[in-house]
Amino acid sequence: MGEHHSTYVPNTGIERWIDARLPIVRLMHDSAVSYPVPRNLNYFWTFGGILMFMLVSQIITGIVLVMHYTPHVDYAFSSVEHIMRDVNYGWLMRYAHANGASMFFIAVYIHIFRGMYYGSYKAPRELLWILGVVIFLLMMATAFMGYVLPWGQMSFWGATVITNLFSAIPVVGEAIVTWLWGGYSVDNPTLNRFFSLHYLLPFMIFGVVILHVWALHHVGQNNPSGVEVKNYKKDTVPFTPFATVKDAFALVCFLMVFAWFVFFHPNFLGHADNYIPADPLKTPAHIVPEWYFLPFYGILRAIPDKLGGVVAMFASIAILAFLPWLDTSKVKSGAYRPAFKIFFWVFVLVAILLGYTGSQPTDQAVLTLGGRTILDMVGFAQILTVMYFAYFVVVLPLLGLFEKPKPLPASIADSVLASGHAH
Amino acid sequence: MARWEFRIRRGKKRKRDVADHSTNAMQSGDPNRRDFLLLATGAAGVVAAGGVAWPLISQMSPDASTIAAGAPVEVDLAPIGEGKAITLKWRGKPIFVRHRTAKEIEDARKDDSAALPDKQADAARVRAFEGKAQDKWIVVYGNCTHLGCVPVGFSGEYNGWYCPCHGSHYDNSGRIRKGPAPRNLDIPEFAFLSASKIRIG
Repeated sequence: MGEHHSTYVPNTGIERWIDARLPIVRLMHDSAVSYPVPRNLNYFWTFGGILMFMLVSQIITGIVLVMHYTPHVDYAFSSVEHIMRDVNYGWLMRYAHANGASMFFIAVYIHIFRGMYYGSYKAPRELLWILGVVIFLLMMATAFMGYVLPWGQMSFWGATVITNLFSAIPVVGEAIVTWLWGGYSVDNPTLNRFFSLHYLLPFMIFGVVILHVWALHHVGQNNPSGVEVKNYKKDTVPFTPFATVKDAFALVCFLMVFAWFVFFHPNFLGHADNYIPADPLKTPAHIVPEWYFLPFYGILRAIPDKLGGVVAMFASIAILAFLPWLDTSKVKSGAYRPAFKIFFWVFVLVAILLGYTGSQPTDQAVLTLGGRTILDMVGFAQILTVMYFAYFVVVLPLLGLFEKPKPLPASIADSVLASGHAH
Repeated sequence: MARWEFRIRRGKKRKRDVADHSTNAMQSGDPNRRDFLLLATGAAGVVAAGGVAWPLISQMSPDASTIAAGAPVEVDLAPIGEGKAITLKWRGKPIFVRHRTAKEIEDARKDDSAALPDKQADAARVRAFEGKAQDKWIVVYGNCTHLGCVPVGFSGEYNGWYCPCHGSHYDNSGRIRKGPAPRNLDIPEFAFLSASKIRIG
């Protein structure tokens, strides 16, 4: 789409005075009012705005919680209970923050899958996509450290297991883990540094989000047809009111789901064991990470080798960054790729099932025959892990060479007018 | 050739005059004062950056109070009956002290020849007092060598420990037998002070 010409006209004297010195109003006008968006964007394109809202919401509720929380192993757990019982609206702030993390991840997964379906990672949006992967990684680190802060059983053992992942690194692994802990085990120094970093990382996310949006506004948005904008007049509409209103409506719907969790099922997405204070001498019988880490946890457990498991888990996230080059098809949108569509939905199913395996005990039977277990949870996760990676390194590279895509519309306007009759 | 020279040489014509002097010096292989200053400043800068970075990295390592709190402890073994085990906390970690029965010792020795992922004889996992092996006492860190969970005692397929997190089985000697853990349960540094007393650390 490229840079569009600024249409901002400062009308008052004050606006002209500011515009000549710091054209910040012009910048906002150009990026959120007159900015041209493809006229065929569907509701999957509203999640960027929703994510922006969630980031701000998490930062605000987080800053408020810090005013009442004590980052010390002796007080952390009780200070969270203090927030729940004594602090005015503390329960609301904490439930909004804890469930907000889940809503943030729901939105980011929809956002990522949308990008994968419509080929939003393809040229010229590779850097835009990679910045998104960086944001995703930062989100995971932030969420993990935040979950440690209440210092419940899941906090403590989650921290132990995740920091121990680094002990798989040959030679220096153990030294790195001691350095991460600041001691001989997960303890007060660990809690303190996690608290410090949990406060820092959201602002780093904010910084990368600015780069992400900058890259987006430089190359322009992808759209459901995957065809680039050719004629601004015909193919685009101004951001305000069109995208603003659509984003706002989607946000309100999203917030209704958010509120439903916060007010009616605030602990549904959490884990009961985290209401037991941390005990370094006893691991809960069945430890699981938060739901949004489960697919990756499933991959970790699928590999019977420690280093192998850790490498596979990190690779399953890192491979996303290589998507622009692994997908060899010239056609962006999955809507015009009949075979891709099938593989894509299988991939979505595989990711969900991997999450399921991650949530179950390892020795649980999946398939039994005559009372004998022929497939347990680890075996099932192994099959799914192979399918997960195959999507990236086998299916996408080959599909682009063999698949016969459907004919693309000549322009975005054409695709809208063609489907317009159906409405 | 220094990078700034490239920039100047490729730059606009009006900068040529400035560039010519040093360019000629470089081409003749004669390092001039500017090159020396550039290298010296760069080297000093790298040293300074390292000097600033090190305290920032080192502050995260265990501090003096943490190390002091991790001093050695003495443990009286007398109250631990045969076939029983205790868990004590040292350096924030659980330590298992297990009083093995004669049969358990025998089982562990028999398994010396079994297929062990981390091969180690049972005799190498016990300590001696006055030249006599105290093989009824097994003292190990209570953290699974996979990802650090605390295994459950007297359970698993080898009647040792079983880690519920990712399914590692250990025998009564603390050796890994099955599952994702790469090593036997680690043995802390410890010594017998008497036949019924040990010092850990």
